[in-house]
Amino acid sequence: MSVLVVAEHLRGQTRPITLELISAAQELEGPTTVAVIAKDPGALADQVGVTGVDEIVTVAVEQEEFENDVYREAVEQLIGDRSPAVTLVGFTVNSMGFAPALAAKLGLGFASDVFGLSRDGSDLIAERSFYGSKVSAEIEFPGHDQVLLMIRPTSWPPAEGAGSASRSELSATISGSRARHTEFQEVEAGDVDITTADFLLSVGRGVGEKENLGQFDDLAQKMGATLSVSRPLVDQGWMPNSRQVGQSGKTVKPKVYLALGISGAVQHLAGMKTSGTIIAVNTDPEAAIFSVAHYGAVTDLFEVAEELDKLYA
Amino acid sequence: MKVLVCVKQVAVLGDEVEFTEDERDVDPDYLDFALNEWDTYATEEALRIIEGAGSGEVVVVSVGDEDSEDALRRCLAMGADRGIRVEAEGRLDPIQVARALAEVVRAESPDLVFAGVQSSDSVQAATGGALAGLLELPSAAVVTKIELGDGKATVHRELEGGLVDVVEVDTPALLTIQTGINEPRYATLRAIKQAEQQEIDVRSPGDLGEPAYVMRKMFVPQKGEGAEMLDGSPAVVAQRIKEIVGERLT
Ligand SMILES: Cc1cc2nc3c(=O)[nH]c(=O)nc-3n(C[C@H](O)[C@H](O)[C@H](O)COP(=O)(O)OP(=O)(O)OC[C@H]3O[C@@H](n4cnc5c(N)ncnc54)[C@H](O)[C@@H]3O)c2cc1C
Ligand SMILES: Nc1ncnc2c1ncn2[C@@H]1O[C@H](COP(=O)(O)O)[C@@H](O)[C@H]1O
Repeated sequence: MSVLVVAEHLRGQTRPITLELISAAQELEGPTTVAVIAKDPGALADQVGVTGVDEIVTVAVEQEEFENDVYREAVEQLIGDRSPAVTLVGFTVNSMGFAPALAAKLGLGFASDVFGLSRDGSDLIAERSFYGSKVSAEIEFPGHDQVLLMIRPTSWPPAEGAGSASRSELSATISGSRARHTEFQEVEAGDVDITTADFLLSVGRGVGEKENLGQFDDLAQKMGATLSVSRPLVDQGWMPNSRQVGQSGKTVKPKVYLALGISGAVQHLAGMKTSGTIIAVNTDPEAAIFSVAHYGAVTDLFEVAEELDKLYA
Repeated sequence: MKVLVCVKQVAVLGDEVEFTEDERDVDPDYLDFALNEWDTYATEEALRIIEGAGSGEVVVVSVGDEDSEDALRRCLAMGADRGIRVEAEGRLDPIQVARALAEVVRAESPDLVFAGVQSSDSVQAATGGALAGLLELPSAAVVTKIELGDGKATVHRELEGGLVDVVEVDTPALLTIQTGINEPRYATLRAIKQAEQQEIDVRSPGDLGEPAYVMRKMFVPQKGEGAEMLDGSPAVVAQRIKEIVGERLT
């Protein structure tokens, strides 16, 4: 199946998802074309010329950084020109804007957050989750000659090795950008850097109330751990963003990650699943966090915390 | 000023799961339902914009069966002015939902359209984008701040790692709203009671088109490489955790 991979870049660097998409494309046996849409696509194109890529097509546009309309129009013209059977983009914040818009407009087969690809004869099969990652499903795309899939980050290893892709250019007509990038604002640095800790005690919405947090901060200190949290605790203003683990927070890789009351949403797992040893405590035996944990306990986190408190007294 | 908010009644799966005979979905007996978390933030943001403007209307729209009126009523109880339900049964893909929503948006011509970034059950992060595509509206995904200007809005988009992309969007526009953008208000008991009595405008959808995907089968995913489960009392579990931590940190 012919595959078009849409490269992503930020501030002059190709983003890791691009090389993962190239790996995913190999499941479909190609040929694989990688499209680089940028103001100066040449340098970025050099970063994606890895094994498995047959062609790199560059699309020069006026905009330095991602803008939704620019990508939507450029990818529409790429699909029109190359007619790929499958177009792969990342399940990333940028693609969340233009990719579904394009699939809807062109009536493509479509699915997002895909983490598995296979074939049944000539039919494409994709795997994704439902019901908050608790259930997996195989889906297919009957009646669609062209499919656009958004691929879950870190589902495939990055492609590597020098390749021998041919180069070409496509000139796209961009009719205008109605959502314009003006600047980036960095995240504020916090009081501690959770990315350098060997041991993270990480708590989620299971802790219930803000008043309970102090108890876990104390426990973390006793255990020699650093306290980190899932996103809802930051959303509610209980903890600063610098303590957040996950896709929109920090990616961490401590020796030990002890997760209390965290369900294991895909965006949380993205930030911690490569930790050395993951221990999860959750009252729900079906919680997705157990799918990446090395040790799990289906029990009340407060009861375990109380016992830990005694042990480390 | 009129803001239209798309809201979904999401399914919450409990501690146990059984599938339907054809293995293409979860047996509904094992599901609870709630208003999608992202949509409470979107509704709150719409209410604040109207309150800031001094006048206007917040219209909430859901595509689904009669049960999804609960989601609409939650939003009405928060202060939304009107609820519209587009009749639909069974599983729809995000593009089909967007087609159903597009008709309502065209009829209402709001100044802003909000969707949540994603629904907690399906995690597609696609319906809002698809709707913008069908309506050819300017759009921005994963918005954590909105400042309205004349014919445009300055919005913050939260990228991976928390980096903020400041974007100037022409309006009318479609924005997908991220959690944490505000602090959603609680509905008072009285407002909840009142919302129960409120009329929901039920519309039938037009042609929703071919599905973007079709379900083959659902199953319970394999548990990792096999997490070792720590059994026993909390005291025993805590003891084991202490041992494991001790081993791994040396
Ligand atoms: C673009 C985007 C980016 C995101 N980025 C991030 C990110 O960086 N980090 C992040 O964490 N999330 C992120 N999210 C949010 C993510 O989708 C989830 O909503 C979030 O991770 C859920 O956090 P949680 O597990 O703490 O809460 P929940 O999903 O509500 O889970 C709470 C868990 O606690 C358990 N529990 C409850 N009580 C107890 C008890 N007494 N004892 C034991 N267990 C208990 C429950 O069984 C449940 O599993 C992002 C979402 C989007 C759309
Ligand atoms: N059935 C529906 N009715 C109304 N809005 C919906 C529906 N499904 C999804 N949405 C909207 O689309 C957003 C993203 O959902 P999803 O694309 O399913 O992840 C939700 O937060 C809602 O705003």
